[in-house]
Amino acid sequence: MANASGYFRTSLGEDLVLLDTRTQKYSCAIFCALLLFAPFVAKPLFIDIANQVFLTAIGALALMLVTGFAGQISLGHAGLLAAGAFTAGILFKEFAAPIWVTLPASACIGAVLGLIFGLPSLRLRGLYLAVSTLGLHFIVVYVGGEYETRRGFSTGIALDPPSIGGWSLSDGRAWYFVLLAFAAGATLFSINLLRSKTGRAWRALRSNETVAEALGVHVAGHKLLAFVISSTMTSMAGCLFAYYRSFVSVEAFSLFLSIQYVAMVIIGGLGSILGALLGTVFVVLLPYIVEWVTAILPLTASISGLIFAINHTVFGVVMVLFLLFEPRGLVGIWQRLQNYFLLWPFRQTPLPGSR
Amino acid sequence: MQLAVNIVVLAAIYALISCGYVLIYRVSRVLNLAHGELMLVGAYLLYSTASLLGGSPVTAVAMAAVLGLLVGVLVYVLLMRRMTGEMVLAAVLCTIALGVMLRGATVLIWSAQVRHPMEALGWSNPSLVLIGDARISLISAILIGATAVVYAALFGFLGFTRWGIRMRAAGQNPLLASQRGIQLHGVYALAWGLSTFTAGLAGMLISLDSGLDGTMTMIGLKAFPAALVGGLDSLAGALIGSAIIAIAEVLLIQFVNPLLSDVVPFFVLLVVLVIRPWGLFGSKEELDRV
Repeated sequence: MANASGYFRTSLGEDLVLLDTRTQKYSCAIFCALLLFAPFVAKPLFIDIANQVFLTAIGALALMLVTGFAGQISLGHAGLLAAGAFTAGILFKEFAAPIWVTLPASACIGAVLGLIFGLPSLRLRGLYLAVSTLGLHFIVVYVGGEYETRRGFSTGIALDPPSIGGWSLSDGRAWYFVLLAFAAGATLFSINLLRSKTGRAWRALRSNETVAEALGVHVAGHKLLAFVISSTMTSMAGCLFAYYRSFVSVEAFSLFLSIQYVAMVIIGGLGSILGALLGTVFVVLLPYIVEWVTAILPLTASISGLIFAINHTVFGVVMVLFLLFEPRGLVGIWQRLQNYFLLWPFRQTPLPGSR
Repeated sequence: MQLAVNIVVLAAIYALISCGYVLIYRVSRVLNLAHGELMLVGAYLLYSTASLLGGSPVTAVAMAAVLGLLVGVLVYVLLMRRMTGEMVLAAVLCTIALGVMLRGATVLIWSAQVRHPMEALGWSNPSLVLIGDARISLISAILIGATAVVYAALFGFLGFTRWGIRMRAAGQNPLLASQRGIQLHGVYALAWGLSTFTAGLAGMLISLDSGLDGTMTMIGLKAFPAALVGGLDSLAGALIGSAIIAIAEVLLIQFVNPLLSDVVPFFVLLVVLVIRPWGLFGSKEELDRV
């Protein structure tokens, strides 16, 4: 009974259940069926968009873990993606390594980088931490760029589609199911991690470090753990990204990508797994929506060359609007809607003084 | 000798940009990550006024500088004013969003082509020969002079004028300052205006020297480590920090690898963050330290 007044779970078994009402179970089943069925009827463009959403969702979930739950700000997410992608690219080019080598290798590199990204968090907080991750982003991207120029791949590294057991993964629909599995795995992993001791420790850390420490939370260890888990996930997403695009280049991992990931977390709503997913869908879809709107509007052809600039502008405006008017993000809107229907015909009025 | 001149020019560029970071941080504890984009806007404003008033370059420059000041005040009044009292992080993210928006908007308004305000102004940029065969372009020399003037003016302003003292008071303790009748919003708006003014000035001078397109924002971002190395709330620190970053960058580019150019400032930044996070001259107690 998720939304009734009171807490009715009495045994461990009941407490471990993820979906407890019949409505939740049915809606989840319908949603999963739709996701599994969709690629057989959708156009290739929509499958591509869905694949991008799944890929991005892994990174967004990872950032949500470290920023939304553990309260450590990271502006270097694109650097971690780049690390994963370049690990895959370099191993493929130098040793012709198959995906079952490159993916774990990316994860390992991600874990090591997470440790490095996390080290400043032991001494720094807030703004200064954000800045240090920003610096690390530039260094990781520089190392990737240096590899490209040294080895003569100045335009980028091309990868073959991965093959597992003689079955090559090149079709968009095949990718759909693989990426869906990864995204679903990342979501379940995040949800369950947050219900565990670690997740509770992170939340305690975010609320108040001193109190958390007094309650017996190992502050340094849990901070580092947050960074390591987050960057391992991100790095694996980067590796998959490299294979999906079958191309790696430093240009893809600009500061703007980091900003986009932060925007997903903010627009979705900090401190919510659902928020990370909603934010991902929103930010990935935004350029397509902008393109669609500009195609409909009676504008001259000259505007099509500026689509990139329009995207930037709209993205900035949307981010500002969310920060100013809906700091709780899409999840805040969703919860308000939910409450409206649950309480109907009564109205929920926010407590005076809260916002 | 040429190396020394390069260092001084780069240090002057960083110093002129980083004083904007310091001003805003010192007064309102907000880190303005849209500084590079505001610089870009300043430079484009000069390009526009120069195209409009081709006949009188001095008026064009003066007008662009005043417009830059106005842009800063507008940014505060329309956007950052609503972020006062919110979490610092939210304010910083807001400046990031502003930066993304401005970058898109500048391309929409002025297109992505490389512009040359120099030609629009009808000035030329001869290179001067200094002692020891070192060369410096006229604009770079002006830039060094401008940096000196701006810093002297800022020191005088913060130290001796009524508004400058109000500004420092607001930075030290906003609550007490407002109790003493200091208009916080006015002070913050002035800080944003001044900061954008100096950023715009830097943007104009750099664009006069080397053309104008979106890559300029990277210079703005690279000046941030300079501000932090010196201590985010210290003007003198910004000068020294700029010198340190410039020396490291020029020497490493010269003797190690030209590709390092975009990384060196951030590398120095990381080193400083690990050893002395509050910077060389920053005040220690106010840093959020664990």
